[in-house]
Amino acid sequence: MKVSIFSAPKILPLAAVGLAAMIVAGCERPPPDSEQRGYRGVGQNAYVNPRILAAQHRANVPPAVQPPAVPVPITAGTVYKNLQVLGDVPLTEFTRLMLALTEWVVPKDQWVAGQGCVYCHDLADMAADTKYQKVVSRSMIQMTQRTNAAWGAHVAPTGVTCYTCHRGNAIPKYVWTTNPGRAASGQGASGQNRLSAVPAFASLPYDPMTTFFDKDTSIVITPATALSPGWNDTINTKKTEWTYALMMYMSRSLGVGCNHCHNSRQFADWSQSQPTRTKGWYAVRQVREMNKAYIWPLNDLLPASRKGPLGDPMRIGCETCHQGINKPLFGEPMLKDYPVLGQPSPVVVPTPEAAPEPAAPAAVQTDAEALDAPGGKVTGEAAVQEGLM
Amino acid sequence: MAEYQNIFTTVQVRAPAYPGVPHTDGQRDRIGKPIFSYWLGKIGDAQIGPIYLGTSGVFALIFGFIAFEIIGLNMAASVDWSPIKFAQEFFWLALEPPAPEYGLHIPPLAKGGWWLMAGFFLTMSILLWWVRTYRRAITLGVGTHMAWAFAAAIWLYLVIGFIRPVMMGSWSEAPPFGIFPHLDWTAAFSIAYGNLYYNPFHMLSIAFLYGSAVLFAMHGGTILAVSRYGGDREIDQITDRGTAAERAQLLWRWTMGFNATMESIHRWAYWFAVLVVITGGIGILLTGTVVDNWYLWGIKHGLVPAYPFEGVPVPDPASLPGAL
Repeated sequence: MKVSIFSAPKILPLAAVGLAAMIVAGCERPPPDSEQRGYRGVGQNAYVNPRILAAQHRANVPPAVQPPAVPVPITAGTVYKNLQVLGDVPLTEFTRLMLALTEWVVPKDQWVAGQGCVYCHDLADMAADTKYQKVVSRSMIQMTQRTNAAWGAHVAPTGVTCYTCHRGNAIPKYVWTTNPGRAASGQGASGQNRLSAVPAFASLPYDPMTTFFDKDTSIVITPATALSPGWNDTINTKKTEWTYALMMYMSRSLGVGCNHCHNSRQFADWSQSQPTRTKGWYAVRQVREMNKAYIWPLNDLLPASRKGPLGDPMRIGCETCHQGINKPLFGEPMLKDYPVLGQPSPVVVPTPEAAPEPAAPAAVQTDAEALDAPGGKVTGEAAVQEGLM
Repeated sequence: MAEYQNIFTTVQVRAPAYPGVPHTDGQRDRIGKPIFSYWLGKIGDAQIGPIYLGTSGVFALIFGFIAFEIIGLNMAASVDWSPIKFAQEFFWLALEPPAPEYGLHIPPLAKGGWWLMAGFFLTMSILLWWVRTYRRAITLGVGTHMAWAFAAAIWLYLVIGFIRPVMMGSWSEAPPFGIFPHLDWTAAFSIAYGNLYYNPFHMLSIAFLYGSAVLFAMHGGTILAVSRYGGDREIDQITDRGTAAERAQLLWRWTMGFNATMESIHRWAYWFAVLVVITGGIGILLTGTVVDNWYLWGIKHGLVPAYPFEGVPVPDPASLPGAL
């Protein structure tokens, strides 16, 4: 009775080799480099694979800086009409920024006769707000200025420019929209348990961004007392899964592990955390503000191709700028070459003959102004009060 | 020498199929003519059957099948019945318990009602299987050790999925049915309650779990090593100690100064194994009901090692009075 179902012995070694190859193909080639980030022997190490890092360095090279502008005493606002932002910038510096912005944001296949202006501008009337791209650009310039001026706790001293996110694309490569889930039947509408890259392929919730970046949902989960004071409604395991998912998204977006910010023996404890955690705390609130004050108000202007399946705009998350790297573009300080993006410029009142302003950008203007009020830097307390928590 | 290190059984005894000892219930419930499997004989007894089901066994299988179907069909529904997606995402799919807002109420089917039903049928199935384990032991005239070991595992299962959620006042505290989802639940559970590694009952459970593995290897190794002297007759040698027992015990006495006996080693193994789930169940039961944050509890009781913090401690930004 020695009849075997394994009577094709030559297939077995082949299958074993194939299976082993498949498993090994999913691994990074060792060895990684490790960097000690805390007290010895407690696993506070950061692991970086030098081969992956080298590839990331090649893929994250900023474009050449535009040649410096010849200083002129005339401001752009006195020459061009309808300059609601950048009106006080010297004319030559303004032109230089437009050239840079075109290179940063307009894909080369959209350029016409060596120029990318037409992507946003109506060539018959460069001042007209007829193209939604121009209105969006204006709002995005305001957002960049606001970020550099008010959110230094997250982005200083490097700062951000359009290129930090756009990298030559009209829509930054890593944007997000609300994920409606896929079950039409209504079963499994838990917002989790799907194959998704967002929580780094865990079965955790696949859209923590809508929960935490659109809404001011609290991230805090761990109780601050040892013993249970009674029935504690604020902690629960399900809520933890949502925070966990957001942390996985952050971790993947920045290419770092938990201990880049936390001491994993007590994630909640600030006194054992790295200073990077403070940056992350402000970053969450900054992303909420950028989406609420600058992206959402543009939604009515945007065509369907710029929206998600639920008609919501493509929004900003950690990955939009970071793109898998702890410091976007490895900390290349591009902002210093384009200082006009560092501060909000005074609003130049549109001339009467300028095209009527669509409602949405006006709302942007109002929000931005309110946020740009004197002393508009974002602090912990102010952020709490403004409901950005 | 090498044959004793073989992973597979080297001896297969072949005799006419044995239907089992006579017992008080008679032979009526034994089903099927025994067959022999050479390959199963490599890892166990080559004789398969006759099998026994009985009332509790039949209902345990039916209830288990119902639970299995509820879970599987809910998973399939969550991918809109696509067989490809089901296969692709199987390890990610789950049947989730109700959301926290339902507390201990019964939610609509799609919002956790199915989870409650699956949990009910699975629990009934397991409890009936326990009845079967207990009653078969009685009928065969053997001890009920296996049934009580199984009961210890059921204790942990009930604590996690039923007793603790009821004490917490919410079904949402129970784990989902799913491969990765229940693992993610475990990680989230630990973080939510301040790191389960500082839970002393969790520590005990792990010690017994790893200890069980070590004991298992020590015992298996010892008996295989002395089977050439008849050490495989280990139960006989509890009272009738032969050269196998003498040599096995001398080996341990020489290498570590103390030895178990042919009897005590089985008590060690049994209690290490059942204490894994007994202590684990106590640890889970205390989590969130008595202790909210095991790390802070550990600090309070001198359990957490202090080590120098390198760098400047950062304050909680939410606590800062307007400073950037």
